[in-house]
Amino acid sequence: MPKKDNATLDSNLKDPHADGRVFTVRVIFSLVVVMVCLGLVVSRLMYLQVHQGEHFRTLSEGNRVRVEPLPPMRGLIYDRNGILLADNAPYYSLEIIPGKVRNINETISKLSQIIPITEVDMQRFQRLLAQRRRFDGVPIRVDLNEEERARFAVRSHHFSGVEIRAELLRHYPYPQETAHALGYVGRINQDEMARIDTSNYAGTSHIGKVGVEKAHEDTLHGEVGYQQVEVNARGRVLRTLHEKPPTAGRDLHLFLDLELQQDATAAMAGFRGSVVAIDPNTGGVLAMVSSPSFNPNLFVSGISATDFNALRDSIDRPLYNRAVRGQYPPASTIKPFIALGGLAHNHISVNSAKYCGGYYQLPGHSHRYRCWRRTGHGMLRMEDAVVQSCDVYFYRLAQEMGIERLGDVLAPFGFGELTGIDFADELGGILPSPEWKMRTRRQPWFPGETLIVGIGQGTFLSTPLQLAVATAAIANRGSFIQPRMVAATHNTLTDKLEPTTPVIRKITLGRPQDWDAAISSMEQVVHGPRGTARRIINPHYRIAGKTGTAQVFTIPQGERYIESQVPERLRNHALFIAFAPIENPQIAVAVIVENGRQGGAVAAPIAGQVIASYLLNQRVDVVEKKI
Amino acid sequence: MASKKTYNDTLGESKAAGLLVRLHIDLPLLLALLALCSFGYIVLLSAADSQVGQVERQFLRLVLAFVVMIAVAQIPLEQVRRWSLPLFIAGVVMLVLVLFFGEISKGARRWLDLGVVRFQPSEVLKLAVPMALAWLFSRAPLPPGLLRILLAVSLAAIPIVLIARQPDLGTAILVASAAGALIFLAGLSWRLILVLLGAAGAAAPVLWMAMHDYQRRRVLTFLDPQSDPLGAGYHIIQSQIAIGSGGIYGKGWFNGTQSHLEFLPERSTDFIFAVLGEEFGLVGILILLSLYLLVIMRGLYIALRAQDTYSRLLSGSLIMVFFVYLFVNTGMVVGLLPVVGVPLPLVSYGGTSLLTIMVGFGLLMRIATTTRL
Repeated sequence: MPKKDNATLDSNLKDPHADGRVFTVRVIFSLVVVMVCLGLVVSRLMYLQVHQGEHFRTLSEGNRVRVEPLPPMRGLIYDRNGILLADNAPYYSLEIIPGKVRNINETISKLSQIIPITEVDMQRFQRLLAQRRRFDGVPIRVDLNEEERARFAVRSHHFSGVEIRAELLRHYPYPQETAHALGYVGRINQDEMARIDTSNYAGTSHIGKVGVEKAHEDTLHGEVGYQQVEVNARGRVLRTLHEKPPTAGRDLHLFLDLELQQDATAAMAGFRGSVVAIDPNTGGVLAMVSSPSFNPNLFVSGISATDFNALRDSIDRPLYNRAVRGQYPPASTIKPFIALGGLAHNHISVNSAKYCGGYYQLPGHSHRYRCWRRTGHGMLRMEDAVVQSCDVYFYRLAQEMGIERLGDVLAPFGFGELTGIDFADELGGILPSPEWKMRTRRQPWFPGETLIVGIGQGTFLSTPLQLAVATAAIANRGSFIQPRMVAATHNTLTDKLEPTTPVIRKITLGRPQDWDAAISSMEQVVHGPRGTARRIINPHYRIAGKTGTAQVFTIPQGERYIESQVPERLRNHALFIAFAPIENPQIAVAVIVENGRQGGAVAAPIAGQVIASYLLNQRVDVVEKKI
Repeated sequence: MASKKTYNDTLGESKAAGLLVRLHIDLPLLLALLALCSFGYIVLLSAADSQVGQVERQFLRLVLAFVVMIAVAQIPLEQVRRWSLPLFIAGVVMLVLVLFFGEISKGARRWLDLGVVRFQPSEVLKLAVPMALAWLFSRAPLPPGLLRILLAVSLAAIPIVLIARQPDLGTAILVASAAGALIFLAGLSWRLILVLLGAAGAAAPVLWMAMHDYQRRRVLTFLDPQSDPLGAGYHIIQSQIAIGSGGIYGKGWFNGTQSHLEFLPERSTDFIFAVLGEEFGLVGILILLSLYLLVIMRGLYIALRAQDTYSRLLSGSLIMVFFVYLFVNTGMVVGLLPVVGVPLPLVSYGGTSLLTIMVGFGLLMRIATTTRL
């Protein structure tokens, strides 16, 4: 071996065998370390791939496959003539999925550089963020226009966890006119979340909040569908693996007549109050106006706090549906019903007369129950008492009948209980009785209260809807029909209209001639020489009606109600009920004008306009023809 | 020489075998490496499917790496030995230059731009540290004295600290393990080993304090990946899902949903082992690990048979570094070790570490063929 390097030589010469032995042991030991470490890796792999394989396969499927709900299209709402009252319009919002975004604030500030985001947007976002689940989108901007959509689309790869959500949102083409008649939808809140079947609402963001939209939620909503899609890590959908299409909600065809609704709205312009018109033949609600109104479209897209506060705090209370929730004393409009009861139970006859001296005193009491006419009406029969709305006549009649019988007469007309209309959140008014008073106030009934019920004042309350329904029952001569909003639903599977069924109940009260007499007295209110609603006479048909003036402000004993001295909002409510034509009733109307003072002067003309609008305009009834 | 040739001829060995000897090629090692690289390349074809150009580039790199390996095998060991210390010193100088002039990429200062090429001086140290230490220990009989060991440790500590400060924890670990393996192979007494292990345990809190935030976070997320499923824990969780869902036989080549739907990050580089596990299952992994074991065992055999102390220590150290590469990477991917940026040797996409490893194998081949003479 040639001599190359001293060092090598040295090390080799210095007991190379001893070196070798140590080294061999160390190499073998190294091999053991290698085997042990690889053994660790392999045993870990056995655990992952064999023992936990199924678990990880599930996780990997969960990564790859996403089940997406396909929201059903909400049913549309049509009026009786096939005019669309509620449709679904495309609406784009920008959503952040909190669980997929690392830093929400940073993402928002980056977003705001390409799409304007206001303080209002931020507030809504924060509010909704607290409510939603981690992997549900939370809208940061709503109602994106085309340009904003495009601006985001080209930069979307910078924003993982942010996406544009296109959805069909409720849109009301006649917002002010139909707000109260239809109600509206809004985003599902936490209370509703707890109530609904969340799986069926998996893809749905909105739910009926009030009115028809709420009452018919189940019909309108439809059934959710699903699709299984394969997604990549950025959540982009690559292909659809399986799909179960949604079932669209059913369309509703209402009894509502848009033209009539518009005319009634116009007639109520400038007043606070309500008009409800019902077809006595079907119980169908032809018009339901509560004035003032509001724009329901604001609620669909999420109303801003400013807008909402303005509506909520307005002294005119535009959000308040007076038609079904406004409870007013029926006042003198109750008199025909009581007269009918008096006839039926033989307390009075058509020809018997009672004396009005301007006031009435209960036997043994000093309190004077006044007639509106302080000088009194003298002797008058039932018809005159209705036409001239004599209070004393009805004090006497009420006293004779007693509160039990008054209740027996009025309850079948629906006073004091819910009408059962397919409309959310109606109120039932109050038909006072000793039991009611004991139950609610823990006080005994006073005889004087019976008199007050006899003239429809005091604690006696009814809604405009209840009044219209009761009027329709008089028009039908005792056939009480439950009011209905929806005439038919469109069955998407069979493509057929399925009519709703009327609920009719017979009011067993008196003889036919008693009904004739009551109706005749109402006819005289409009057509009689001393009628209080003569101004709505129309040559084409005859109207039966009754005016009413409900006290808002209690006048102390011995004082007079002087209108000019009473603040505007404490002035009397003006009421009017009517139906027409008398011989073949087509429409029954109830009108209430808050602080409208005189039923005959203010409320009756509005009812007159509504009746004329309905009876004089020949309309093609699409729905009924189809059915 | 002449008699040997006759002997070969009588055994009927072909001229090709003689050529292999003359080219200083160790056939078993070459075949094991070829098998390993081929299998790895098959996995890469699927893993790098969506990355345009990676597949072609890696093929060229592999070819180049083998050429370099054979080229290195032609260098006489004496030359290698003589250049051990100068190479080490040059490496350290470059590391210092990186410290001042290095280019920052991905938050770490690792690269030196030499105008023509950008390269990582830390790669040089992976070879230069074992070379320098082997040289140091070969100058005196084994086992080395305490002084020499201290000298070796101090020498190795300079580049390790510099690399760890870049920061490049992966490379620092590899260089440190090269030094550690070498000192161990040189015959560090067992008693001292126990003392050092104890000291390491005691030093762990100190090390923890010295770590960068991101390094600490990695350790924490390793201990509890679910604490940050979208952040640092994402890698660990997704790679375990990929491997676990592969089961025994795998989902099939190109059928890995975790990798092809991009749930698995860095799937052609540091996490390619997870792609293998997903698509080829436990069976595929066992095949690959067997190939690795083959290479390692051949490497250790070469070390055992090596002609002198320098060759023994160098070859033993190099093959152990190769093993540490493998263990740190697979351990990380299967969730046994924290996430450290160490590629799967010879399989991960990338040229730098591939080249270094193959230079190392070139040295091993030279050592192997030198022994036989």
